[in-house]
Amino acid sequence: MNVLNEWAFIGMFAVLAPIFPALPIVIAWLFRPRKPNVLKSSTYECGVETIGDTWVQFRVQYYIYGLIFLVFDVEMVFLFPWAAAYNEMSLFGFVAGFLFIFLLTDALFYAWQKNALEWK
Amino acid sequence: MELNAISIGFVVFTIFTLGGGIGVVTTRNLFQGTIWLMVSLFGVAGYFVLLSAPFLAAVQILVYIGAIAILITFAVMLTRSVTRIKTRYIRLVPSLLASLALFLILLLGVTMPIFGGVSPEHAPATVASTRDLGAALVDENGYVVPFLLASVLLTGAMIGAIFIARDDTA
Amino acid sequence: MDEICTGLCRLMVDSGADAGLAQFVSLLVGVLLVSGVPLLTVILLIWIERKVAARIQDRIGPNRVGPIGLMQTFADLLKLLGKEDITPTAADRLLYNVAPLVSFASVVLIWAVVPFTPFHYGVDLEIGALFFVAVASFGTLAIMVAGWASNNKYALLGAFRVVSLLVSYEVPLVFALLVPVLLAGSMSMLDIVNAQSGMWFVVLSPLAFIIFYISSQAETGRAPFDLIEAESELVAGFNIEYSGMKFGMFFAAEFLHVFTNGILMALLFFGGWMGPLYYESPLIAFAWLGAKGGIIYLTTLWLRNTVPRLRIDQIMAFNWKCLVPLSIANIVLVSLALKVLQELDMAPRQLIGASFADMLPATILLLLINGALTLYLLGILRRRGKDARREAQAAPVQFARATAATAD
Repeated sequence: MNVLNEWAFIGMFAVLAPIFPALPIVIAWLFRPRKPNVLKSSTYECGVETIGDTWVQFRVQYYIYGLIFLVFDVEMVFLFPWAAAYNEMSLFGFVAGFLFIFLLTDALFYAWQKNALEWK
Repeated sequence: MELNAISIGFVVFTIFTLGGGIGVVTTRNLFQGTIWLMVSLFGVAGYFVLLSAPFLAAVQILVYIGAIAILITFAVMLTRSVTRIKTRYIRLVPSLLASLALFLILLLGVTMPIFGGVSPEHAPATVASTRDLGAALVDENGYVVPFLLASVLLTGAMIGAIFIARDDTA
Repeated sequence: MDEICTGLCRLMVDSGADAGLAQFVSLLVGVLLVSGVPLLTVILLIWIERKVAARIQDRIGPNRVGPIGLMQTFADLLKLLGKEDITPTAADRLLYNVAPLVSFASVVLIWAVVPFTPFHYGVDLEIGALFFVAVASFGTLAIMVAGWASNNKYALLGAFRVVSLLVSYEVPLVFALLVPVLLAGSMSMLDIVNAQSGMWFVVLSPLAFIIFYISSQAETGRAPFDLIEAESELVAGFNIEYSGMKFGMFFAAEFLHVFTNGILMALLFFGGWMGPLYYESPLIAFAWLGAKGGIIYLTTLWLRNTVPRLRIDQIMAFNWKCLVPLSIANIVLVSLALKVLQELDMAPRQLIGASFADMLPATILLLLINGALTLYLLGILRRRGKDARREAQAAPVQFARATAATAD
């Protein structure tokens, strides 16, 4: 029950947190001038009308970084409980954690060797 | 009394989960679909909190909203001009049948412990802490093999992805 | 409304204590009190930021509104209230409007787990350290959404570059965060601070602190990692189409995030509220935390206003080829050394409540290891630098290919 009590606080915080920035925006909405015109609300670029689609094709490098990040993100998720249990852990468990880190470092090493870490 | 409070949270998170799901399948825009998916997965994180598994909730947000959402967006942007698909649903009936079948299997799996599930009355009374989880992950009688297999899987996934996605000109 | 209210109250008071409503109200008041700290500081922060930047650049800074310009933020706020809010016709209206809210909320939410004193904190979550990393990922998503929803090429390019930078620097940040978690044997922020009673973690592992510092500088998009703004390349980056109060919210979120990171570093590495006489009064404890966080915050401002911007390929190379391997090596060595000492009974198995004397052998060993690692790293970097200089001198006319991120 105590756990849920804490999370009730977080829940209320999460409900209120977007309201704080919303308040000034709503207040501004009451006061601010409203004089839109076609040119003003067109896409801001360089003075010439924008050409083509905004949603252009991006390079694969972004995706590779995202992917490497995802792998490390999942690894960190596993390592957090390992780190939290560190003080009571047996030597075996400690070594298992090491092996885990080592295997993932391998992946990083591979990416490095294949030049997947270069920004091209 | 206790049930009431939790059920309110349950209703809220169900709205998130199902609403997000409906958003995913109805929007024609892949980016908006991604955002709806994240709304849905946020609801699932809420379920984890209700189930007294805050660690899993944090993981859900960290991995899905922090990483998968970004990855999906990058993947969407890799393809040219698919952000506004104009095709109709051409495989409505097969996909409907497939999702219904999946739903039935999951429903069976949840309500009856046929897949080796634990029925509610056998669930442990005390809630394990994250520290216990960490100890169990690397315990020789615990989950150390799956733990290391996960590492191998992650390594394999990364190597495979780099192998497929790498730019041959470089 | 009443239903939800009583429902929450019942949730609050275990199994139906009579003070249900009071509990709910107290919960609300608690949230407002905790969130009041960041909300009030952000007003001051905008002034501090401008004043410090001005002084570093040999200007005076805001000095007209109120004494030494203190009321400047309020004047700015009034001005922003009167600004027209232009939503581009091409924008995705819903996502465009939601993004600034999420951006600001993601920073404020971090304060829910910040312990101000030993007894005054929002909540002490079991997963506190993970909580603020998870919450911060909403900020990354908000930037992505803002850039996409604006439907502007500059905004989208800026957002993509920034997001790949943010996710990259999250890796060393979290690996550095693992060190305090590991030393304290807990993810709760309160435990992490209490575990520093014998020795601050910055002394045990200065490298972890430095990695955390650099990464959080990148996470907030500050120089030398200020690709988030990149005025000279992308006009303004992801928030180019935003105006009026929504633009202001993005900026308030950024300012607050910098200070929040200062406080987090004070908690994780500098013993939080620990300091002479902190147990005498919560106010003294609070003052210690504020002072430590404030000093770290000021150094980030100093750094921001001093160094130039790096290119994105340099930033990425520095992260993946220097910070990430370094942070992994650091956590491996720190955990190994401490485990060895614990097995030899030369270090306490539980750092919470450990005294200075208990921690002395561990401190010396860890410091030595950290120093050795640093020297090794500096050696590599120096060699790389020499190689790069030699290459540059061999071909002096060739300029490096411009590698600013471009589509296709």
